[in-house]
Amino acid sequence: MGAVAHALAADPVPARSQMGSSLGFHIILACFGIAFAAVTMTAEWIGIRRGDAAALLLARRWSKVMAVLVAVGAVSGTVLSYEMGLLWPGLMGRFGAAIGFPFSVEGIFFFLEAIFVGIYLYGWRRLSPWAHWWSGMPIVVAGVLGALSVVAANSWMNSPAGYTLSHGKVTSVDPVSVFFNASTPYETAHMVLAAYMVTGFLVAGVYAVGLLRGRRDRYHRLGFAVPFTLAGIAAPLQVMMGDIIARFIAHNQPVKFAAMEYVSTTTRDAAEWVGGILISGHVYFGAAIPSFDSILVGFSPHTRVIGWDSVAPAQRPPLVTLIHLSFDLMVGLGFFLFALAAWQAWWWWFHRRLLVTPWFLVPSALSGVAAVAAMEAGWVVTEVGRQPWIVYRVMLVSDAVTPSSGVPVTLGVILALYAILTVVSIGVPMIMSRRWRRGAPAEEETEQVPYGPSPARAGPSPAGPPAPPGVPRASPDGPDAP
Amino acid sequence: MNPSPEAIAVAAILFAVLAAYALFGGADFGGGIWDLLAGGAERGAAPRELIEESITPVWEANHVWLVFILVLLWTAFPPAFAAIMTALFVPLSLSLLGIVLRGVGFAFRHTAQRLRMRQLTGALFAASSLITPFFMGTVVGAVATGQVPVHPAGNVLAAWTSPTAVLTGFLFVAACAYLSAVFLVLEARQRGHQDLVRSFSLRATAAGLLTGALAGGTFAELPDSAPYLYGRLTGIALPLVAISIAAGIAVLGMLWLRWYHPLFLRVTAAIAVATVVWGWGLAQYPYLFPTSLSLAAGSAPTAALVAELVVAGLAVLLVAPGFALLYFLQQRRMLTAAETDADLRLAAQLEQAVPGQPRPPRRRPGPG
Repeated sequence: MGAVAHALAADPVPARSQMGSSLGFHIILACFGIAFAAVTMTAEWIGIRRGDAAALLLARRWSKVMAVLVAVGAVSGTVLSYEMGLLWPGLMGRFGAAIGFPFSVEGIFFFLEAIFVGIYLYGWRRLSPWAHWWSGMPIVVAGVLGALSVVAANSWMNSPAGYTLSHGKVTSVDPVSVFFNASTPYETAHMVLAAYMVTGFLVAGVYAVGLLRGRRDRYHRLGFAVPFTLAGIAAPLQVMMGDIIARFIAHNQPVKFAAMEYVSTTTRDAAEWVGGILISGHVYFGAAIPSFDSILVGFSPHTRVIGWDSVAPAQRPPLVTLIHLSFDLMVGLGFFLFALAAWQAWWWWFHRRLLVTPWFLVPSALSGVAAVAAMEAGWVVTEVGRQPWIVYRVMLVSDAVTPSSGVPVTLGVILALYAILTVVSIGVPMIMSRRWRRGAPAEEETEQVPYGPSPARAGPSPAGPPAPPGVPRASPDGPDAP
Repeated sequence: MNPSPEAIAVAAILFAVLAAYALFGGADFGGGIWDLLAGGAERGAAPRELIEESITPVWEANHVWLVFILVLLWTAFPPAFAAIMTALFVPLSLSLLGIVLRGVGFAFRHTAQRLRMRQLTGALFAASSLITPFFMGTVVGAVATGQVPVHPAGNVLAAWTSPTAVLTGFLFVAACAYLSAVFLVLEARQRGHQDLVRSFSLRATAAGLLTGALAGGTFAELPDSAPYLYGRLTGIALPLVAISIAAGIAVLGMLWLRWYHPLFLRVTAAIAVATVVWGWGLAQYPYLFPTSLSLAAGSAPTAALVAELVVAGLAVLLVAPGFALLYFLQQRRMLTAAETDADLRLAAQLEQAVPGQPRPPRRRPGPG
């Protein structure tokens, strides 16, 4: 029994699985934390600027959904903070002084976000329209800067910098070099764009379903167009960014790149594999484009691409097929989303109205799922591709993992908890949406979310002063929510 | 080797943040405990509503303190963090479970309409408010008694199941309930619920006495389980212990005399708890784990400590005005929940005024 427990504890796979599932879950909510405020504020801007009741109603309802998602995100983010220590005490004990700094900076933005989310969500009624709009601005800024801080910590694991190690102990730290390591600008830009795509396409997808069901009113058109536009602007930038990052990884983490592209031996005229499964050194079911990988890396077929034979087998990433196919999936979905955005833009340019043919709406309804899948695949590439290192070429995952024996148990519990959290973060907005569609103002009034004072505490009764003059207020029993 | 001034400064900040979490987070946990003990659906309705109203706006901001504690600990004192997280894997995982379930209960509770569902999510919220502070208490007890090895080979069950650690767990639960009850007296008074003022005053007195008894019991255990801590607590940290006892008695006196001063009562109760946290910190000095890991040996390099001080300074500069604005707006009652009837009627009029607005297909007359 003791021996079994010890064998389980020494195995980093349960810990990796737990960290991976926690991160994979939290990152979706983090996207909403980064980008949802911008989507909501765009609708609010249209509403105030044009006196558009439908836009304002959308903004108000989105801000309620935001409250639920931000609360669940705060909890799942706490889980990650704990897991840094519970699962990887070897990493934190040795490098906590270095990797801790970006997390500390993130703490500031976490606080700011929590404060202004409170003001934005519950200031709707009493703040003047533009004062309220501006109260959302810190959420947008804190979202981007918070993402920068957290992603900087992950980047540091890929490009460790800014510390001196002697006899296995960090003896000096340069926090600025830790924060702005070589990978930070690339990873941050990639993640922030991904957050806008995930949030935008997911929200737009909900209203695409509504449009498909024949709810073609202004409420649904705007509910689709606003998030789709933001995500659609991010999509081409993301394709460009992805290309730049791939070249950066080819230089910075060549072995990871080799796994992404099936480059077994260092070579010129490296072929670009599309799809394919690697079985004992051979690629099956894949299509190879001759020399194209070399062209992508160095703009010439003669560019030398480093293969994974450049390092000892023990230092190569496992699951090469998973890494390659995840990379292909991410790239493929990225181009699909880009094409979708370009199609709508083209139609808008020539016709000045929204394209609402089912040929466009059906893929758009699925675009959010596609964006999530692309992002998750991207994280698989960067995290599995870094293996067996937890800190690239400095510390092995197996040296960082906890010797505690409880990880298989906590893995099971965490998976069960995330099932519950998933039900909450999808179920609560769905219940809200159903109530909105029923459109009884009494329910709208008692609607509560984990933030802010409840109506009784909030003082003045409905008989109190109404909304400030000049603020167009949205319809209570207006167009259907999807 | 003496600890560097930077290490002492960061440790002081850590204990200030710990005290803030004990006060703000602790009171929220206490609210959950009283929710659990409020009685049946009918009898408990009024106190539950009061608890819900007073926790809802603040629980998340109060929760951020915990994240700060973790980050400060792992950045400034990495070996201590790694050892605690390894040796105390079990109680820490259980406290985390409580945190997640509490968040779920909170997020879902307000949306659930059916009584059965509300009871289920409410029970989830309340039970997790009980287990989280208990297991956090056992963690603190294990650290304070020096039972956490510097290089643990795995879970150390004995560290957090010692009598002192378990007593500390119960002490944490009682202290949360005590703080919360005192604050709820004032919340009830502000809303004019005289019967709730009376009942929470009784609960605060009971919880206060229980907290005192548990603190005394833990203290009596210390000469055997943590001689270093005991020596310091009866030495240099004695003034803080004395202040805590005095403040605790003062609160009981105010409750007895029904002198519910919004500021004095709140601050005195807070002092009673915060001085215990600081007393613990002062008693541990200069050790992270008495007496096996010293502050000097367990600190990060100076530059990392300075960076934490800068971050703390920035946090004060950026976050404090934000909090000030939030509380200002809340005091001015500028922050309100959902739209009211009046709002919605206004919106309906506006909708008629906007041409080209599609009419909703299904229209139900709203009440009133």
